[in-house]
Amino acid sequence: MFQAFIALLHRDLTLVMRRRQDALYGMAFFVIVVSLFPLGMGPEPALLQRIAPGAIWAAALLASLLTLERLFADDCGEHTLESLLLAPQPLSLLVLAKLVAHWLYAGLPLVVIAPLLGLQLGLAPAVQLTLVVSLLLGTPVLTLLGGIAAALTLGARAGNGLMALVLLPLFVPVLILGSGAVEQSLHGASPQGHLLLLAALLVLALSLAPAAIAAALRIALD
Amino acid sequence: MSRIRWFKFAAPAHFHALTGTLLPWLWAAALAFTATGLYVGFVIAPPDYQQGDSYRIMWLHVPAAWMAMLAYFLMAGYGLIHLVWRIKLARIMASALAPTGLLFAFLALWSGALWGKPTWGAYWVWDARLTSSLILLFLYLGYLALDSAFEDRERSGQAASLLAVVGVINLPIIYFSVQWWNTLHQGASITLSEAPTMSASMLAALLLTTVGCWAYTAAAALHRARSMVLEQAGNSHWVRRLRQGHRPAAARGRPARLAATPIGDLLGRRP
Repeated sequence: MFQAFIALLHRDLTLVMRRRQDALYGMAFFVIVVSLFPLGMGPEPALLQRIAPGAIWAAALLASLLTLERLFADDCGEHTLESLLLAPQPLSLLVLAKLVAHWLYAGLPLVVIAPLLGLQLGLAPAVQLTLVVSLLLGTPVLTLLGGIAAALTLGARAGNGLMALVLLPLFVPVLILGSGAVEQSLHGASPQGHLLLLAALLVLALSLAPAAIAAALRIALD
Repeated sequence: MSRIRWFKFAAPAHFHALTGTLLPWLWAAALAFTATGLYVGFVIAPPDYQQGDSYRIMWLHVPAAWMAMLAYFLMAGYGLIHLVWRIKLARIMASALAPTGLLFAFLALWSGALWGKPTWGAYWVWDARLTSSLILLFLYLGYLALDSAFEDRERSGQAASLLAVVGVINLPIIYFSVQWWNTLHQGASITLSEAPTMSASMLAALLLTTVGCWAYTAAAALHRARSMVLEQAGNSHWVRRLRQGHRPAAARGRPARLAATPIGDLLGRRP
């Protein structure tokens, strides 16, 4: 069972390594969207610091939306998904392997590049640390929730806009808690409460989302 | 014995017959309760000592806000039933409730904005309740979009049911996160609670219009479900017999145009 998990994880990561630009789109999008805020609102440092938590977190949401769309679409096109469904291992475990792979190539890069963006917007080191921790806890939740929407909208007529419509309302708590944590530490308060809630959200999503995704995939390929 | 009777109405033909008798009563109840409630509210109830007459939009606003939430929970409940027991009628009820829920969510926001201007001085405030109502509206939009996203109706229905269930788990999380977020920024300066005591006539008007909204929701959803049942049953035995023998009953079951709300039309739902 665990072997299948590792094998699938390995396969997905290998696929990404073969087409590296796919993984970079999300990150590039993230950087560009955040860079638009100073251009749109003016370069005043105090203002930039104030909008930084929200801007970075909103951009992370949009960047994950961009990469999540392809989460199951390619596998569905080449009929790999059917074999996953027919495999003897539980589908939710296999789904989890795909989600972990997705987070490693699409979520983790956002966490890694975030300090650079924080620097751009003039955040202090302590705030940067909170930003990284909040993204580290929050981006897996985005992947898990996004997996549900990606599986539900698989093969839909208007995939693009539909995905945003379905997913963004579900992302709201992550956005609020994530940017809230950064905001707290921007004001010199402890972000612990928000981070703990974000961690709770992660545990909840981790325990429920794979089963929901498995159900959604079964519906998709019924 | 009672179990069998319940499942009896999950069969399209029985459902159609039952709603045929229920619907006129429900429409009448909706009209009667709303009219009485509005009469009590507008004529008998005294003006508020703080807000004067502007508070009277409450008779629409509060029931609409309650109904929007209740309809989402009902929709998710039917979605769950559909997913677990594969009862087709549950899916029909879920998608029949959605446009009415969306309508009430929109009405709650709109009437709230009209109420907010004279009392708070702003049409919109990022208050916890307002924000979570707005997100509820988005959830309805996502549900309706997904419900009509696939050619295969069965597939659309199942996907939308699953989304409704996921949404209902998320709803309390959204509600609390929005509340914490809001208190972080400006403190809980605004709540929707009025002066603590409410005169008896105000309360009566509120309860009456609430019951009216319940009856309207039941009637609208059942009406829509009825036409969906007919549409899906298509050429089955009982529908054909209905068409041949009982003209009036068939004619009553057909007003699909009446059932579809304009908002549902905008989203491309087939009436």
